[in-house]
Amino acid sequence: MLESLLFIIMSLITIACAIGVVFQKNPIYSAVFLIQTMVSLAVLYVLLHAQFVAAVQVMVYAGAIMVIFVFVIMLLNLNKNDMEDGKTKMPMQKPAAIILGLVLVVMIGVVMTRTIYQGAQGEYTPEVMDQIGNTQLVGKMLFTKYVLPFEIASILLFAAIVGAIILAKKQIIKEEK
Amino acid sequence: MEVPLTWYLVLSGILFSIGAVGVLINRNALVIFMCIELMLNAVNLAFVTFSRQQNSMDGQIFVFFIMTVAAAEAVVGLAIIIALFRNKATINVDDINIMKW
Repeated sequence: MLESLLFIIMSLITIACAIGVVFQKNPIYSAVFLIQTMVSLAVLYVLLHAQFVAAVQVMVYAGAIMVIFVFVIMLLNLNKNDMEDGKTKMPMQKPAAIILGLVLVVMIGVVMTRTIYQGAQGEYTPEVMDQIGNTQLVGKMLFTKYVLPFEIASILLFAAIVGAIILAKKQIIKEEK
Repeated sequence: MEVPLTWYLVLSGILFSIGAVGVLINRNALVIFMCIELMLNAVNLAFVTFSRQQNSMDGQIFVFFIMTVAAAEAVVGLAIIIALFRNKATINVDDINIMKW
């Protein structure tokens, strides 16, 4: 009962904040709403017995990625004209987009509720996971079954760092003789 | 009482659709980027739900990798937005359409 109540409250907060992200005029408010969305998603992950993912969600998404977003918003120093959407070049854009979104919701909803999921059941039931510990299991899998993707992820992050520095630095054009 | 796992999937679908609508109606490149993050989060929720449903850990590992890729993507994308703002002094996507034709 308590779990259902928590799920309903957190999902309503998540949806409300997601709508806030989309319809706010000021990007900084969108960013704050997005942080709240991610934190409430972390609560849902805990309800699904994925404690490690919940912790990483708060640290990486709500912590690191959103800090970059807020940092860039501050760095760009937008004036008021940039924040308004101004004149849209496409008429009827908003209603059309919202109708398409509703169609998408209905489609995904029908698929998700009508499908019967059957497949091989794994060995990690919530009881087993609570006994061993979710983080320990994730760590074990990362360094055994998924060790190659793990290493590739580190290379990807390294490439992203280099790419970001190259893209964002001031371009110094040398005079060629 | 356990929450039916279908509810989580429906919530994930709703979040994904909100993100898609946001990409369609916003003009600000930064907000479009945030909506993409929203869609990634919705997919993460679906992954964790399926992982719980099948009593398997693989979904959670996938979420971990998706977060890594999302971090890399956010950093590079924001660097592109900064470079764009330096050249064109705008992040309104209507004004950045020179590649459209």
